[in-house]
Amino acid sequence: MNEELIIAGFGGQGVLSMGQILCYGGVMQNKEVSWFPSYGPEMRGGTANCTAIISDEKISSPIINTFDTAIVLNQPSMDKFEDAVKPGGMLIYEVNGMTRKPKRDDINICKIAAYDESIKMKNTKIFNMIVIGGFLKVKPILDIENVIKGLEKVLPERYHHLIPLNEEAIHKGIEIISYENKLN
Amino acid sequence: MKELRLMKGNEALAEAAIRAGADAYFGYPITPQSEVIEYLMAQNTEERTGMVVLQAESEVAAINMVYGAAGCGKKAITTSSSPGISLKQEGLSYIAGAELPCVVANIVRGGPGLGTIQPSQSDYLQAVKGGGHGDYKLIVLAPATVQETVDYVKLAFDLAFKYRNPVMILSDGIIGQMMEKVELFEQIPRSDKVYDWATTGKEPGKDHVIITSLQLQPENQEKVNLRLQAKYKEVEKNEVLYESYNIDDAEYVFVAFGSCGRITQKAMELARKKGYKVGQIRPQTLYPFPVEILSKLADKVKGFLTVEMNAGQMVEDVRLAVNGKKPVEYYGRFGGMIPSPEEILDAFEQKFIGG
Repeated sequence: MNEELIIAGFGGQGVLSMGQILCYGGVMQNKEVSWFPSYGPEMRGGTANCTAIISDEKISSPIINTFDTAIVLNQPSMDKFEDAVKPGGMLIYEVNGMTRKPKRDDINICKIAAYDESIKMKNTKIFNMIVIGGFLKVKPILDIENVIKGLEKVLPERYHHLIPLNEEAIHKGIEIISYENKLN
Repeated sequence: MKELRLMKGNEALAEAAIRAGADAYFGYPITPQSEVIEYLMAQNTEERTGMVVLQAESEVAAINMVYGAAGCGKKAITTSSSPGISLKQEGLSYIAGAELPCVVANIVRGGPGLGTIQPSQSDYLQAVKGGGHGDYKLIVLAPATVQETVDYVKLAFDLAFKYRNPVMILSDGIIGQMMEKVELFEQIPRSDKVYDWATTGKEPGKDHVIITSLQLQPENQEKVNLRLQAKYKEVEKNEVLYESYNIDDAEYVFVAFGSCGRITQKAMELARKKGYKVGQIRPQTLYPFPVEILSKLADKVKGFLTVEMNAGQMVEDVRLAVNGKKPVEYYGRFGGMIPSPEEILDAFEQKFIGG
């Protein structure tokens, strides 16, 4: 298994921590992992992204230009990374705030209304965990229990009482993600 | 099983400095290495080990604080990124001239000038050829992973004290910013050892200890230089480190260091898949440079390709090592741009295969 992933969206959507949680989940499952954030000028423009690689083998290059999966949480990110998904790969997008649908037909496309769901759950901060749940449904590369263990590492201890809610959010994401284009 | 942590390169560097038993950190924030001082401040090091962590008023002040602490025989470290490292060059020359130990990390960004905050390797020549004025050398370690960053902080202090010479960790924005698994070494207690070269207060009956880089008599200054050169010979003999991949049957050899070494390794794997017999040397010490292995390989391979995130700096050292025996080509990106494994493979095919 070698999953090369980009997660992109607005600052504040929890993009960077999503990558960290998945990587820590990978550590818990004895995988090799690397995480690389955008820290350059794009951070100042309000968008953020991170590259996460989770692999059975040692990771040579932490920097990649094409991805097995792109998770895009706003329109600028879809515009930037839709073309960077490898043919046969996966694009997951949040429906809220998007002004167009993805164009490609040579990749799997999934949509998730995580933002609306987080409002229903009365806590928009768990938005990113709903997305993680959706991702793990269509790309079951890690066990949920290891992702939760990863979350325990990333989340400061004073927020640990929120872990059950985050777990609930993951399961909600698993439930609500749906395919818009599914390759055979 | 030891505890594995997922850490950013910069944070891991800071944690390793604490665990290596450093007495002092002096620094000034600059992207992409500001997490080092942020992490140290958050760790409350005065309580944890008694280590002093101080934000100086400038990079120049920070390196001179390191000079002072080193003069007292203390383990001192400073970190910065390219423009800040340029400011430290005068201090580094003085510390090398006064033969004092210290560790400096450069989390390189693109230049010249203020340049860009994106990763680069364009400070290679500055690091390995001295950087400041005068005939001196820094021992230069080039980590390619977060784990190596941690290990090299410890190694850097060991070498600095073994040779009483400044040691530079030449990293870059990729390794500083990325997170990877790390295994941390156990806390080494801070040492209270009193070195005979250190200024710790003159006791009755003991001679003055004088730390200086100034010799007004040229005869004396030549003696200092000869001593330094003899020391560098020892360093060259004893401390070379490199990693080699697939060199046994290699017809071509890629040479790349640090983060670029990892990207080039991927390019090497792609080349192997296409049937080219490519190996790789990744220098882990940039000074002393792995001259011997490159010279040996030059007798049996068809050519070398250095890959660097600069306009071609290490290629000069590779050419010196190969000494005209085989062609040495260069490929690189710079100004904060990062080469992809695919474009490295293309460059290799164009230069050597004819594509």
